[in-house]
Amino acid sequence: MKTREIVLPGDMIDERKGRKLGNGVYEEGDKVFSKFLGVPRVNENELSVIPLSGTYLPRFGDRVIGVIETVEVSGWFVDINSPYSAFLPLSEGVDEFVDLQRSELTRYYDVDDIILCKLSKVTKNKTVQASMRDFESRKLRNGVLLKVTPTKIPRIIGKEGSMIMMIKNKTACEIVTGQNGLVWIRGENKEKAIEAILTIEKESHTIGLTEKIEKMLNEDVKQDVNEQLSNPDSWVNKKISKHLSE
Amino acid sequence: MGKKSDTELIIGGIRIDKRLPDQTREIKMKVGNILSANGSAEVSFGNTTALASVHGPRQLFPRHLQESQTGILRVRYNMAPFSVDERKSPGPDRRSTELSKVIRLALEPAVFLDDYPKVTVDGFVEIIQADGSTRVTGINALSLALATAGIPMKDLVAACSVGKINGTLVVDLNGEEDNNSESDVAVAMIPNRNLVTLLQMDGMLTKEELMHLLDLAKKTCKKIYEMQREALLEKYKGEE
Amino acid sequence: METYALELIRNGKRIDGRELTQFRDIEIKEGIIENAEGSAYVRMGNTQVIAGIKMGVGTPFPDTPNEGILSVNAEFTPLASPDFESGPPGENAIELARVVDRGIRESKSIEMEKLVIAPGEKVLSVFIDIYIIDNQGNLLDAAALAALSALLNTRIPKLDAEGKIIRGEHEGKLPVVHKPITVSVCKVGDKLFLDPAKEEETILDAKLSIAVMEDEKICAMQKQGSEGIEFDVLEKMVDLAMKKSMELRKLVK
Repeated sequence: MKTREIVLPGDMIDERKGRKLGNGVYEEGDKVFSKFLGVPRVNENELSVIPLSGTYLPRFGDRVIGVIETVEVSGWFVDINSPYSAFLPLSEGVDEFVDLQRSELTRYYDVDDIILCKLSKVTKNKTVQASMRDFESRKLRNGVLLKVTPTKIPRIIGKEGSMIMMIKNKTACEIVTGQNGLVWIRGENKEKAIEAILTIEKESHTIGLTEKIEKMLNEDVKQDVNEQLSNPDSWVNKKISKHLSE
Repeated sequence: MGKKSDTELIIGGIRIDKRLPDQTREIKMKVGNILSANGSAEVSFGNTTALASVHGPRQLFPRHLQESQTGILRVRYNMAPFSVDERKSPGPDRRSTELSKVIRLALEPAVFLDDYPKVTVDGFVEIIQADGSTRVTGINALSLALATAGIPMKDLVAACSVGKINGTLVVDLNGEEDNNSESDVAVAMIPNRNLVTLLQMDGMLTKEELMHLLDLAKKTCKKIYEMQREALLEKYKGEE
Repeated sequence: METYALELIRNGKRIDGRELTQFRDIEIKEGIIENAEGSAYVRMGNTQVIAGIKMGVGTPFPDTPNEGILSVNAEFTPLASPDFESGPPGENAIELARVVDRGIRESKSIEMEKLVIAPGEKVLSVFIDIYIIDNQGNLLDAAALAALSALLNTRIPKLDAEGKIIRGEHEGKLPVVHKPITVSVCKVGDKLFLDPAKEEETILDAKLSIAVMEDEKICAMQKQGSEGIEFDVLEKMVDLAMKKSMELRKLVK
């Protein structure tokens, strides 16, 4: 299997040459090194490394999928698949005027509800605030949630959305991806979509992946994926979760 | 500990297990073997086998232990009851408490924790087979586990043991050599930076012997580092 | 206070005006605990440590049937520092005890074969308990010094016909034939310094504690601190420890 170049922590990527330092690298002298086991990205403007694994670190402006953890007095705490929770204030979650004396917040979002939202604030101390004011943010009803390595999401989306469009078309599923590594899928043929997405996650660093996925989508779902989906203990089901566990 | 220097451990320059003084035992490394962990690895030096796994970064409770500016690294070193000759009672003892601390300090200089305020990275080392040099085997495994978990690191950390048996300076002491050595030394390094992150010694050495052993350790750590790199690249290149 | 200490050391100075390689004022008082078989109080600057030695009778370890037993424990009592919590010894107390233990054991300072009562069955046990009274830095060096001083004035208790200890009566001193001295060499950037005061402990990069015998042999080493040590600096640290241990040994009777 051919892969793109992979670097290890401590590998020298290049000399800085006045360029910007992106994610995943550090500088010593004028040399730039990788912080991760991952794929290096070097162009004339920036040096960065995309890790092959890792937890999601919230960033301002990210569009993420979250699961409501707790209902508070003036908002909700949201699990965003990160060691850091996000807080969704009432004013950012609901458009209309809410009379707190009369209404229960659970009317709008209750524990275990899945939402698509934006991170409107991330402090240096990683205190995170979410917002649902923009028109794409909404509650995602029914469907299943898949957890993948966050840095693989761009590969799942593909260049200008080509990969995810192909999967949506061939499986007739609704699919929403969050930059925090969560993927929401709803539809009859979701097994096929799940299989394709998990394959991309596993082989994201290989060459020829698009062709392989296209071929896979044209065939029937592999028997063992169906078996795994019906087995509550299987590793596939551990990936799928309506409620995100530790 | 009972060190006896009258046991014949080296005859005609050859050790009991047929090794030369500067030869390590057979080293095996594999990564990603524990699915439930964020990162994992298994390393063995001869009959000493260490499993390592990393959970995190994750939320740290209780809150008062959180460092608001950086994350923390926690390490637990433990030996399985069946790993040794005489069954070892399960649970932490004074030795494993000390080793948990030194292993953590061996890896701390290599990990970027300021990227994760208020959070913990938990590393676990379980020795499932013990035949000498368990802490350095554990460090080699945990270093790999941290890398596969996607924890940002300056570099990998490689470790080995060196020592003196029957007057000869040797590398990678097995259990019997360790128990009967005149001295044993545990070293961990970030080889490319020439940085020592673990150094423990007991026994009796002249300064010259010590410096010579440190040179041997440095060369060996370099070799082990190359193997660690191989193990990581193997995993992502030659799959299926 | 800590950042000030850091500034100073980078410029080769200390808060209390000491040289980088200078120890604080050291006071040793032997035999201060009547009920103990041996004891010593050490004051190193404002750090205060007591080592008390109790002897008992025990069964030897199976692999050393003709040797007595040595056991070292350290208590970081809460009264000594707002950072010490009550309860069983934490990792720092355990580490300190084990490093002091190795310094004494590996140097074969106590003639353990002379502690046998009935070979393979009954031997004398030496329990060294280190009590930190005031943590003002450099606990390890002070504790090792206290333990050694205590050992040097330890009397062997008399045994009755059944091999039981008769408290209050003694016969002879514990056979101690070596005097290992532990010196912890600290590092901040490229500066090496000794005997860190409390404020200096929290800002140091790394520490290498070395136990040296009177014939200049090294019998124990332990690296501490959360930064690495450059390989080429190790030899300088060892040299410094060896040199200083000679001076400190003169304080021990």
